[in-house]
Amino acid sequence: MFKSRILAIGFLILGLLAGYFDVANLAGKLNAPDFLKVPFSLGLDLQGGTHLTYKADVSQIDSSETSEAMSGLRDVIERRVNFFGVTEPLIQVEKRGDENRLIVELAGIKDINEAINMIGKTPYLEFKVLAPGTNLDELQKKQEAGDQFAILNAFSPTALTGRYIKKATLNTTDRSFEPVVSLQFNDEGRELFAEITKNNIERPVGIFLDGLPISTPIVREEITQGEAQISGNFTVESARELVRNINAGALPVPINLISQQTVGASLGESALLKMLWAGIYGTLAVALFLIIFYRLPGFTAVVALAIYAAVLLMLFKLFPVTLTAAGIAGFILSIGMAVDANVLIFERTKEELRSGKSLALAVEEGFLRAWLSIRDSNVSSLITATILYWFGTSLVKGFALTLGLGILISMFSAITVTRTFLRAIEFKTAGEKSKIVGLLFGGSKA
Amino acid sequence: MNLIKIRKFTYTLSILLILASIFALYAYGLKLGIDFTGGAISEIEFNGERPDISKITEKVNVLNFGNAIIQPTGEKGILIRTRDLTEGEHQALLREINSLGVSRELRFDSIGPTIGRELRNRSIWAIGLVLIAIILYIAFVFRKVSKPVSSWFYGIFAVVALFHDILIPLGVFAYLGKFYGAEIDTLFVTAILTVLGFSVHDTIVVYDRVRENLKKQQKGEIFEDTVARSLSQTLTRSINTSLTVLLVLSALYLIGAESTKYFSLTLIIGIIAGTYSSIFIASSLLVTWNNFQNRRS
Repeated sequence: MFKSRILAIGFLILGLLAGYFDVANLAGKLNAPDFLKVPFSLGLDLQGGTHLTYKADVSQIDSSETSEAMSGLRDVIERRVNFFGVTEPLIQVEKRGDENRLIVELAGIKDINEAINMIGKTPYLEFKVLAPGTNLDELQKKQEAGDQFAILNAFSPTALTGRYIKKATLNTTDRSFEPVVSLQFNDEGRELFAEITKNNIERPVGIFLDGLPISTPIVREEITQGEAQISGNFTVESARELVRNINAGALPVPINLISQQTVGASLGESALLKMLWAGIYGTLAVALFLIIFYRLPGFTAVVALAIYAAVLLMLFKLFPVTLTAAGIAGFILSIGMAVDANVLIFERTKEELRSGKSLALAVEEGFLRAWLSIRDSNVSSLITATILYWFGTSLVKGFALTLGLGILISMFSAITVTRTFLRAIEFKTAGEKSKIVGLLFGGSKA
Repeated sequence: MNLIKIRKFTYTLSILLILASIFALYAYGLKLGIDFTGGAISEIEFNGERPDISKITEKVNVLNFGNAIIQPTGEKGILIRTRDLTEGEHQALLREINSLGVSRELRFDSIGPTIGRELRNRSIWAIGLVLIAIILYIAFVFRKVSKPVSSWFYGIFAVVALFHDILIPLGVFAYLGKFYGAEIDTLFVTAILTVLGFSVHDTIVVYDRVRENLKKQQKGEIFEDTVARSLSQTLTRSINTSLTVLLVLSALYLIGAESTKYFSLTLIIGIIAGTYSSIFIASSLLVTWNNFQNRRS
């Protein structure tokens, strides 16, 4: 009895501390120290943001280098996104079948369109050469006649792309002070560039940005020091942007946006509020039901449920578990399901009471016998949650995680916590068949 | 109260519901959302009054996005459904809409066809895996129960009850899809899987009691009576548990976020069906099967 009481007080304190931690970052009178003010990690659908899926085109890359190129791609995008000032962007590489994908999640961002432009429109720089035997004069005539396609079609790609560039700088030409962009290649790039220039003396090399030619200088001699200069029709602005983007890293492989899910901040905020209220009303309804139906044990179950909710929310903060609308639904659902263990136990206790056992014994028996059912039945929900977690999209994962965690912790709270409370309350004084027992426990009449 | 005795009635009711569901599925089919088909959906809210839908349609059709569907939503909002859009096309769409009145976009989803196909495959896999895992699990849990009904049949009947629990929400959604435009998305599949977990959970509690009562069968008590006794012992619990779950789900449905409305509705329907089936179908089937075996031998 004494031990149970100490333990019961321990649970209560745990619940209070967890509850305090849950609300510590609410502004107002709480005056919590800063280290306690850990915010919940909210999903894109609740704080607004965008989930972008890109498909990377790795067809131009040797398959052994794919994973390296993909992680390079991730680094580049990460640098670019950081430039944009997004808090904790999520950028990950994913392989599905034979498709290489890049997932970008940007939370709480205002101008999604600009972000998408920034990610996708970044320079994919290519060096192209003319196919052997192309008639230069003819090409020039076509170009002067304004036939852009002639150039596009005449050039064919080389191995040299933006991924071999070490550094770009903004310069001006010596005579006319026009802005030019100087490129410095890395070792591999230097070799490739030397080879290209060697093979194309007195012929043009096309420098293409995002598939469009920006400059087609004529090579005078082989260039071995690994430097090149682009003098397109740059303004200072556009040259500076190009330099910045190249330095953030040119995309090692081209990417293509294949899916986008965007939620505006206002919709997210209202969704969060609605879920909050749904949670509060749902929990209140369950608490009321338990107290009306199961009286004193019901009340202890409600306290256990409150501790359970506080602890689970604390874990969500600590891990952290990203809360989406579906995730919160999983949590709220787990509150409803958590009660099941208690209902099983209390029904069993009532039965044991009816069969004439003493109250203390009936309570213990109730817990003991209900345990098998509780274990067996919860495992099936856990199996479902696990499979959902494995197979699901991020949306479904959130739900599976909160539901699964909820079921696990609720088993603990329903059994251990409630039992400790019931043990801590002394029954001896209330005679076995007294009116008080009937009142407190209900249904104890034989 | 002997709930097994009324099994002819409860079987009939279930069969009727299942037939109605199958009819709805056959006649209307399920309306798949863009999660599975690919496509784009944009929710836009006007600051001022919403322009005529016909005017909006005219503007959108200029862009040639194929068969665009425009629906009003809320007081000032519209939903635009098209094929999947690139960001450039998306911005063009917003420009056209903004030319009709100042507006802001609440949400935009565009899902490419490959992703849709992939999600569809993954959903089918997940459902299949859950079903198999459940049969194996129940057969394992009840492996020591073999008389008078083999433990495999506990698993099989639990799964029969599961089909009942899935078919009914599917049927309801075929109706809802036809008449209210409700769509099947990944969340719907999630809800269905959750119903599977919950419904089995419910069935196991009853079976568990049957197992316990079989061990201490009273003299002269036949299997049918044992099952009936187990059922009435667990009845209050089944109803109370489902009630608490339905309480929180109703809160979610009535005041929760828009994005989880149909999700909670699916759960509500599935859980009602699941509770019904674990009380009236899963256990009754044990008895029916046992009687059938007896008659044959």
